[in-house]
Parts: sequence; C-alpha cells; structure tokens
Amino acid sequence: MNHPLLSVKNLTIDYIGDRKDFRAVDDVSFDIAPGEVFGLAGESGCGKSTIAFAISRLHKPPALIRRQSKILLNGRDVLDLTPQALAAFRWREVAMVFQSAMNSLNPVSRIGDQFHDVLMSHTTMTKAQARERAAEMLRLVDISPDRLRDYPHQFSGGMRQRIVIAICMALDPKLVIMDEPTTALDVVVQREILQRINDLRRTFGFSVLFITHDLGLMVQFCDRIGIMLAGRLVEENAAEAIFQTPGHDYTKKLWSSFPSLHGGALL
Amino acid sequence: MSQAILTLDGVTKTFGHGPSTVHATRSVSFSLHAGRALALVGESGSGKTTCARMAMREYQPTAGQILYKGKSIAEAGSSDITDYRRAVQMIFQDPFASLNPAHTIAYHLTRPLKLHRPEIKGGAIRAAVGDLLRQVQLDPDIVLGKYPHELSGGQRQRVNIARALATRPEVIVADEPTSMLDVSVRLGILNLLNKMKQEMKLALLYITHDIATARYIAEDIAVMYAGQIVEWGPTGRVIENPIHPYTRLLLSAVPDPQIRFDDPRARLRSREVENVRRGSGVPESEALEYEAGHFARKLAMEPG
Repeated sequence: MNHPLLSVKNLTIDYIGDRKDFRAVDDVSFDIAPGEVFGLAGESGCGKSTIAFAISRLHKPPALIRRQSKILLNGRDVLDLTPQALAAFRWREVAMVFQSAMNSLNPVSRIGDQFHDVLMSHTTMTKAQARERAAEMLRLVDISPDRLRDYPHQFSGGMRQRIVIAICMALDPKLVIMDEPTTALDVVVQREILQRINDLRRTFGFSVLFITHDLGLMVQFCDRIGIMLAGRLVEENAAEAIFQTPGHDYTKKLWSSFPSLHGGALL
Repeated sequence: MSQAILTLDGVTKTFGHGPSTVHATRSVSFSLHAGRALALVGESGSGKTTCARMAMREYQPTAGQILYKGKSIAEAGSSDITDYRRAVQMIFQDPFASLNPAHTIAYHLTRPLKLHRPEIKGGAIRAAVGDLLRQVQLDPDIVLGKYPHELSGGQRQRVNIARALATRPEVIVADEPTSMLDVSVRLGILNLLNKMKQEMKLALLYITHDIATARYIAEDIAVMYAGQIVEWGPTGRVIENPIHPYTRLLLSAVPDPQIRFDDPRARLRSREVENVRRGSGVPESEALEYEAGHFARKLAMEPG
C-alpha cells in the first residue's frame, strides 16, 4: 500500500498484573488505505477491542502499550501526541462508535445539545452554525432535523445508533472506528445502518475500522479482513478471499461455527 | 401429531390503557409438542418475550387462554400450579444476570431438586447434582464449588440449562439463550439444547432474532411482527418459500457473505422497508394456508 491512512506497526499491548502480565495484543501490524473498510474479526477476548481503544489512545491502565509499537495516522505517531494534540486529534481525525453506542448518549440532554458539545469544543462554530451542521448530519442518517430538541429516550435503539454515528461524522473524521456497532440491533435495522455507512464512505471517503464477531456480515461490508486469535493477527486478506479460500485453520473453524441459513439442520 | 403439551390459544396482552394502550401480542396461537422445537423469531419489540413471559405465568393474558395438556391454567388449583412450575422451565438471555452471584453452582442446582424432586434425599442430592452437570458437559469436581463469576459465559449458560433440567421439565422456554455468548461457544449451546430436546422429549420454545440458528435447531418456526404471528410453518419451507413481506424482509437482511453491500441485490430500499413495516403492523385476523402446514397472514397490500 503506497500511502496508508492508518499504519499499525508491531503493536503490542500488555495488561499489567500483580504477578504476571497478560499479553492482549501481540506484535500486530496492519494498514488501512484512505476510503477503505478494514475488518477485525475474532472471538471475545482476542484483543480486537483493545486495538480499537489503543488507536484513539483511549486505553487505560493496567493496559500498557509496549515501546516498539507504532500507530501512524498520515505518518504521525499517535502514541507521541501531547495531551493538547491528542484532544485535537480525537473526533477530528479518528472518531469512535462504541459497543452498545446507543446507550452512550447522555439521557438527560437533548440531541441538539450533544451535537453542540462536540462541535463547540472542536471548532469555532457559532451556535447557529452548529445547529445547521447538526441538522445536516441528522438528514444524512435519515432522521428529521426537527427532532434535534428531543431526548434520547424518545428514539428507538436503531435511531439512537444512527444519531451516535451522525455525531461521529460531524467533524469529517478521516477514520471511524466501529466496535460491534450493530450487535444489539435486529438484522433489518443492522442492514439499514451499515448500508448507510457504506454510502457515506463512498461519498466522503473516510476509512472504517470495523470490529465484529459476525464473519458473514464482515465479508459483506469490508474490503479487507484481519482474523485475530489470542492477540495475534493470524490471517489478513481481501474479504472475498477470507470467505472463498480461508488460509488459516482458525479462520476455517470460525466459519464452521456459523449456522447457515441455507445449510443443513441438526434435526 | 401427539397432543400438545403447552398451547397458547388466541392470547392477547396489552399494557397501559386508554389512548396509550400498547398491544404487545394480538391473538397469538401456537402449540408446543414433545421432542419438537418451535422457533419464535422477530425484531425486538415484536412480542416474542411477552409470549415467553405469559407461558411462564409471569404475565396474565388480557384475552385468550393458555392450555397445559389441554387444561386451562387460569382455572388450575394450587397443586396443579406447582406441577406447572416444575414442568415449564426457562433459560434466560443473560447468563451473567440469571445466576445469584452470592451462591455456588452447587446451591443453584440443589435448590430446584429440593423444591421439586422431594423423592431425592440426603446423599442422593449430591449425586443428582453431579449427574446434571455431566449432562451439560461440565465437570462436577471443578464446577460445583465455584461461584458464577468464576465461570465463562458459555459455562454459566450450561449451568442455567442444568438448573432448568433439574426439575425434570416437559417444556423449556429459551429466550435468546445464545445472543450474549461468543460465536465460538454458541454452537455448543445450541447442540446441547438440541440433544436435550431429542433425548428427554422436551418441548422447546426457542426465541431468537437470528433466523439462521432457528433453522439449525427448530422443526417449526413462527415469525412475529408488531405482536402478531405473520407467518408460520415448517422451518425449511418458511425459509425457502417465504410468503409474507415481513418474512421476506427479515430473510433478505440476514448477513450473507456471498452478497456484498455494493451489490444492488443487497440493497434494502428504505421506502420499501417502511411500506412493509407499515403494512405488517396492521392487525389482520385472516391467514391462508399456502402449502401443508405453512400459513401466512393476508396483507392489505399484495405480497410480491
């Protein structure tokens, strides 16, 4: 890849324990090109969320990123950023949609105010401009802008998830990290949301790091996929290849743990 | 077919009153038979869990009745109710919240034995607990003295299954038993439920939003939307030949690695989705049989 947007090199993360350390991420390297959707798949505890948190430096002790690790975004090492630079970097360059993001909205604050929080702390927008931008973002995710004065509980789970995504997009980030963004939603809503994200990235050209344990969904959405096992990246390939010709035994096993809609039954 | 063990007959449940009434289920009917599984699928809020709770007698139906071996449970006396509580057991979605964190696994399995199987006494209880754990493929020597937090999600769900089996049940209601588990252990739990169903001739009500797992474990399927069962029949037939627009929508949204999102075939058009949702939400009492045992509700607009 000539000019990757994100380049993770030899990332090693330990959880420091009293007696011994636990290596959660073991010498992982991968690149994400501009406009690309890269997927990380694996079972729980394999380190995929730890990587997601490390990229926006949201990891907390006892997690420790080992010294030889590098996380380069447009050539700049995220791990070297000063606190001020880090504050400017989050949301503007890398935004994150968390697992069960629909519960990450503030329940006692109106949707419009939550947009303002993000916009006002990162830009010099006036209140009117911020309102304009918030309305524009809501239209992108198919929610009527006149609902900016509503509270989170007045929306369904799928709508709340779309609002979180809209807030993420409000500052035109270059990379959006999505950690199991649709796991709590039913399949129809899940498809609607991911389809919309796919359209948006075609329009705006941002990259996505997509994390899920649903391999079928991942192949549909991602351009390239990395398979993780116990902290290591064991296979990395184009999405079609992961599906058609999985190389690693673990990838094959992962595929066989999904009941297929048209496959055999147990009966 | 043999006599149904548990039947929901035209069961309606509403919450609230006046203009804010919510119809959680509308005239839902289905039967559970020994050794067979019925999958109840639908999106969140479609009324699946309300059906489960009515089957567990946690909610009283607003209208309609629930029959246990042909007898209405609304008229049952207290000894019948005790028997019903023994015979109908539930496995919950959240394996972390459904075990008491302050008690050992041994306690969790001893309680149902003492309450519902008085014939097992003294030292036999410990042996019975060991047998239960072996049935769900856990090693009693390792697991018995442990507390729930010392077990993984999959192990906890196995303990929950053992707890349900302790009372020698006839019906198991499993509400999304695998949705909080990791993919790598999900299949193991499904295989275990399937084995229990076959070996102990259990009637299984399997509630899920994952239609692919329904295919894997259940002979019959019922698709719910907005409190109504919109289509029901043999699982294979419903999946291969869906009639109702909502069933088709649900099936088309199941992740399929063969079709990428950029492919026009994968496209869900939001206007069509809205139309299907609006059309399917209208109460409709008539259903047509399209092939043997495969029914679908009529829709104001023509399917297709």
